Amino acid sequence: MTMRDEIDPASATPLLPDQQSRRRPRMALPGLVGLAVVAFWLIVALIGPRLAPYEVGNIVDTDVFGAMSDRFLLGTDYLGRDMLSRILYGARYTIGVALAATVLACLAGTTLGMAAAAAGGWTDALMSRAIDALISIPGKMFALVVISAFGSSIPVLIIIAAVIYTPGSYRITRSLAVNVNAMDFVQVARARGERTLYIVREEILPNVVGPVLADIGLRFVYVVLLLSGLSFLGLGIQPPNADWGSLVRENIGGLGEGAPAVIMPALAIATLTIAVNLLIDNLPSRHRAGPES
Amino acid sequence: MPPLVEVSELRVLARDLEGRETVIVKNASFSVAHGEVVALIGESGSGKTTIALALMGYARPGCRIAGGRIRIGDTDILTLSPRRLAELRGGRVAYIPQSAAAAFNPAKSIMTQVIESARIHGLMTREVAKAKAIELFRALALPDPDHVGRRYPHQVSGGQLQRLMAAMALITDPDLVILDEPTTALDVTTQIEVLHAFKNVVRERRTTAIYVSHDLAVVAQMADRIIVLRDGEIQEIGATGDLLNAPASEYTKSLLAAAEPVVRLGIATPRASDAIPPLLEVRGLVAGYGATVAGMPLLRVVNEVDFAIRAGATLGVIGESGCGKSTLARVIAGLVPAAAGSVLFNGVPLSPAASGRSREQLREIQIVFQMADTALNPAQTVERILQRPLAFYHGLAADQQRKRVAELLDLVRLPAHLRERYPSELSGGQKQRVNLARALAAKPALILCDEVTSALDTVIGAAILDLMAELRRELGVAYMFISHDLSTVRAICDEVMVLYAGWKVEFGSRAAMASRPFHPYSDLLIASVPELRQGWLEDVGKPPIVNAAASAPAWAADSHACCFFERCAARIEGVCDVRPPPRHRLSKGADILCHRTEQELNALQSPRLAASGADTSSSWRAQQGVQ
Repeated sequence: MTMRDEIDPASATPLLPDQQSRRRPRMALPGLVGLAVVAFWLIVALIGPRLAPYEVGNIVDTDVFGAMSDRFLLGTDYLGRDMLSRILYGARYTIGVALAATVLACLAGTTLGMAAAAAGGWTDALMSRAIDALISIPGKMFALVVISAFGSSIPVLIIIAAVIYTPGSYRITRSLAVNVNAMDFVQVARARGERTLYIVREEILPNVVGPVLADIGLRFVYVVLLLSGLSFLGLGIQPPNADWGSLVRENIGGLGEGAPAVIMPALAIATLTIAVNLLIDNLPSRHRAGPES
Repeated sequence: MPPLVEVSELRVLARDLEGRETVIVKNASFSVAHGEVVALIGESGSGKTTIALALMGYARPGCRIAGGRIRIGDTDILTLSPRRLAELRGGRVAYIPQSAAAAFNPAKSIMTQVIESARIHGLMTREVAKAKAIELFRALALPDPDHVGRRYPHQVSGGQLQRLMAAMALITDPDLVILDEPTTALDVTTQIEVLHAFKNVVRERRTTAIYVSHDLAVVAQMADRIIVLRDGEIQEIGATGDLLNAPASEYTKSLLAAAEPVVRLGIATPRASDAIPPLLEVRGLVAGYGATVAGMPLLRVVNEVDFAIRAGATLGVIGESGCGKSTLARVIAGLVPAAAGSVLFNGVPLSPAASGRSREQLREIQIVFQMADTALNPAQTVERILQRPLAFYHGLAADQQRKRVAELLDLVRLPAHLRERYPSELSGGQKQRVNLARALAAKPALILCDEVTSALDTVIGAAILDLMAELRRELGVAYMFISHDLSTVRAICDEVMVLYAGWKVEFGSRAAMASRPFHPYSDLLIASVPELRQGWLEDVGKPPIVNAAASAPAWAADSHACCFFERCAARIEGVCDVRPPPRHRLSKGADILCHRTEQELNALQSPRLAASGADTSSSWRAQQGVQ
C-alpha cells in the first residue's frame, strides 16, 4: 500500500498569502476603537479633576438643568452645578471602583470555579453549595448590612461589589471548565500523569478564557448599576462626589426637558461599557475562534 | 418515460470567513429514473451531502446554489418560491439524516412525529395517517408495530429509530427519498437489520431514492447505479456491478483498494517465551460505573476479563458500542479505577489510578483516543502538544525538544511546517497523526488505540493503519487496538479478543479468527460485515435476531444467564439462561465462552454462511501470502 496523503486537503494546498497574515495576531478595527475609548476614560479618571473647570460641589449657576453653553460645556445639574466637572470627577469612582470590583470578582470566581471543576467530587460539591448559599443572599441587602457595619468607603464598596458578583463568575467558569475537563485531551494529560495545577493552567484555562472575558464585560455593567443604586440610597459614593450612575439618578428629573445633565453621564456610561465589550470581544487570539465548522 | 430527477450543471458555492467563495460542487449532471436507487459516494468533503440537499432546494448556511437546473417530475426546484419549497420538502421529497437520535424530538411521542409531515401538508386525516404509519412500521420489521408509535424516542434502540425515521419519510409517499448515511452511526449487527428493512421497503414500494454514503460495501447492496464524487466533481457514473468489477476512474480504483481487507502486519510475531512475563497482563478485571454495592459497581461494564499482550505484539479488541472496550483501555491507562482484578506491566502490578503510578510506568503505556478533534488541545500548537511529553518524561532541553519534534513529525509523515499550526487548522487524518506522534514522543512500549480510524474516511484510515504497522516494525511498539470494525482488527492484529457486554466471549489468534466455528456472537459480527459485492445482503439473509429490543447489552450482575442469551441464534432454553457458560478451547486454538460444543457450533453455523466465510478467509489468506 502506498501513502495517500494527498487526500488530506490542508497538506496539499499551501496557505494563501492573506491566510498567512491572519496567522499573526492582529486586532480588528472595532477592538482598536474600544481600546481608544477605554484608554481615553482611563486618562480622564487619572487626571480628570485637574481638567475640571469648577469644584465638584460648587453651585455655579442660578439656572437648574441648564443647556450646554460656553460657560458650562455640558450644562448644569438639578442644583446648578457644572456637569462637565461632575463627570470628570465621577470617572474616578465609576472606572476605579467598578473596574476594580469586576476584576476582583472575576479573578476570584474564575480561580475558584477552575479549582472546583478540576478537583471534582466532594470538593466541587462543597464549594458549589457554599457559593449557592452566597447567591441566596440578596445583593443590595448584603451591601446595606456591610455598609451599616463598616461605613461607606471606597475599599468597602469594591469588596461588596466583588463579593456579590463572584458567584456568577464562579458558576460560569465552573460549568465551562467541567465541559473542557471531560475532553479527551485533558484525559490524555491525566493519563500522562500531569498535576492538577498543570492541567488547570495549560489545558483548561486557555480553553475557557474567551467566554470568561466576555463575562467580565457584562459583569462590569452590573457593577456600575449596583454602585449607582447604592449611591441613590445614600450609601455609595458620598456627596458632593458622585459616580456616573448616581449622576443619572439625581438628574433624572431633567429627562422630560431633555437636559444634558441626565443625557451626558448616561452617554459616558454607554461609551465606557460598549468600549470595554468591544475591546474584550476583539482581543487578538486565534484559537478562541475555534474550529470553523 | 423521461427520468424522474434530472440535475444538470449544478454548481454550489461556499463562502468562507473572509467572504471568498469557493466552488464545492462543480457542474454536476446526472439523472434518476423512476423506481431507481442511485448512490452518491465519496469521502468527506466530496460534496455528496451538498448535492443531496440541493435536490430539496436547500443549501447549508454559508453556501448557495449558484447555477444549474434541478428538475423533479415537472417541477423546476431552483425557481420555486420559499413557500412552494416548503410544500415540496417532506411531501414530495423526503430526507433521512445520518443521526436519527438527533433528528427526533425527545419531548414528543414517535407517532406524533412520524405522521407530522402528512398532517402539515394536509394530505390525510390523523386516523388514516396513523393506520398508514402502522403499516409502514410492519413493512420495516419493527417490533410490536401496533404500539411502538406510543413510545418516546429514548425508549427504542438506535437501529429502530433509524427505521422509524424511514417511516416518517415514506408516510407522504414521496416521489424521491434522500438517505444521507443512514447506517453510518450504527453497529454492524444493527446496520444489517436496518439495511434489510430499507431494501424491502424500497423494493416493495418501488421508491425512487438517492443513497448518500462513504461505504462502498453498503452501497453495493442498496444501489442500482453509483455516482462517485471527489472534491465536488463527478468522477464516474456506472451501474453498481460494472463499477465494482471494472472501475473506469483511478479514484474509484483507489476507493476499492482501500476497502479491501489487507493484512498489514505480515511480519513474524515475536516468539512467546515462558521465562519473560508478558508486557501487559490483565487478570480477572472488573470495572464499571455508578455506586458501589459490596465492593462492586452497580453498572458493570467490564466483567472478569483476562488477557496478555507480548512485547511488540498487537491485540485487537472488538465489540459493538457499549461492550466495554473503551472502558477497558481507560482502566489500563489508570483513568477509570478497576473494582476487582489486577493489571500487571512487565510482571509488576500497576496502581489502579494514574496518580499512583511511577512516571516510568506512565511513560510506557500511552493512550490514543478516537476523536482527534477533542484529543488535541485547541489552544496549543502542534509543536507545544508534542513538546510536553518530551519535557515531562525525558526532561529534554528546548533545542533538543525542537529537534525531536521534527523527528516525530517525520515519523508520522507530516511536513515540518505543520508544527506552528493549531489543531483546528489540520485535516482529520493529520490530527490523528499528531495524536499518534504525541503518544510516540513518550517512547512507550504499549499504545492503547481507541478506535483511531473510526472517525476517518476509508482511504485516510488505511494510511493511518499503514503508518501504525510501519511504526511497529521500526520501533517494536505493542498495540492494544480497539475497534468495532472487524476488517480493521483483522488487518493489524496478531490476536483478537471479542467482547460482548463486558465479557470476553472469544479470544484467539488472527488465524483462528478466520475459520469456523465461532462463538455465536463472533459469528453474528463476522456475518454482519457487508461484503463488497452485489447480492450479499440477500445471500446472508436476515440476522437471527431473537429479541431486537435487547440489542443494547444490559446484563444484570445477579443474573446467571449467558450475557448473549437474548440475541443468540444457538441458545439452549433452560441451559443458557440458567447456568453461566463455561470457557472452553476450540480445536482452531480459540477460547470461547459458550455452552455449545465445537461439533454443535459447527453444525449450527449455516453452510451458506460457511461458504461465504470460507471464501473471504481464503482470499484473505492469499493476501497474507502476498505480503
